[in-house]
Amino acid sequence: MKRFVLFVPLVGVLALVVLFFLTLDRENKDALPSPLIGQAFPAFDMVALESGAAVTAEDLKGQKLLVNVWATWCPTCKAEHAFLNKLADQQGIRIIGINYKDEDIKARQWLESFGNPYEVNVSDPDGKLGLELGVYGAPETFLVDANGVIRGKHIGDLNTEVWKKLQPQFEAMP
Amino acid sequence: MTSMKSLLAAFLLALTSLFSLSASAVVEGYKYQFDSEEEVQRFNGLAEVLRCPKCQNQNLADSNAPVASDMREKVYELMLEGQSDDQIVDYLVARYGDFVHYKPPVRAETWLLWFGPLIAFLIGLLVLRQLRRKQTVEQAQPLTEAERAQLERMKSGADSSSN
Repeated sequence: MKRFVLFVPLVGVLALVVLFFLTLDRENKDALPSPLIGQAFPAFDMVALESGAAVTAEDLKGQKLLVNVWATWCPTCKAEHAFLNKLADQQGIRIIGINYKDEDIKARQWLESFGNPYEVNVSDPDGKLGLELGVYGAPETFLVDANGVIRGKHIGDLNTEVWKKLQPQFEAMP
Repeated sequence: MTSMKSLLAAFLLALTSLFSLSASAVVEGYKYQFDSEEEVQRFNGLAEVLRCPKCQNQNLADSNAPVASDMREKVYELMLEGQSDDQIVDYLVARYGDFVHYKPPVRAETWLLWFGPLIAFLIGLLVLRQLRRKQTVEQAQPLTEAERAQLERMKSGADSSSN
């Protein structure tokens, strides 16, 4: 019985090894859970990157969609752009962009060169909407249902692999 | 000499009065203007306890990440609006999660974070106590008659072999 005590440190170390192994496997180690999940998309009144027309949170409602936060200074956004084009063109998924802490001119040029998967882009040069959304990098993608409620968030690029995990959740949303 | 001294005193006085007119906090090259030194202290205090979500081991005072400067700007804005420290922290926690505060609230998810070290320490104490007890038990036990005889035999055996 007393000998058992001698094994406590060993058991402790093994538990740590298991814990570290599990975290090693976790993709996106820096991803933080968002407190906004389950809440209505924050109200905003901004302008569209393309037309300068007003865009508000009301415009999100009606049909479920992805809200993708991107910028031309973000290399990972470039990496996911082709996949976003595919989602919009081939799967007909509604995507609204938030052009985050970027320059409008550069952003428009980017969309002309690489294609535009977005229904509309919200211009957010100061990151004000980004702050409301708890954005701390780009790209970030929110899953928003038809009622304008945030149902999920992905930090990092969207690709085939990631979409495999997100798609069931997206399909299940109203 | 005395004129030099008075000149210096006048200069210092002018300098301090300049500072008392307006107080400001400077963080990572950004200047935040406040009405009083207290406000500056409050601002610096908040920047100290709020964590940058991008560079996860820095606070808002230390980080030069764009998101950290946006968050500092927001803290400044909310302070000017007259919000309390708690309100400001809550504002950021509502958007970025418990992670942004260096002192997360005690909840089911943060329980291990708060009490894990204490539990580890208690386990350590327990192990230590068990080991110590085993040691003292071994030390305190007197030799039995048979053991004593064996010891004597071994001693004399060792003596005879060395002789």
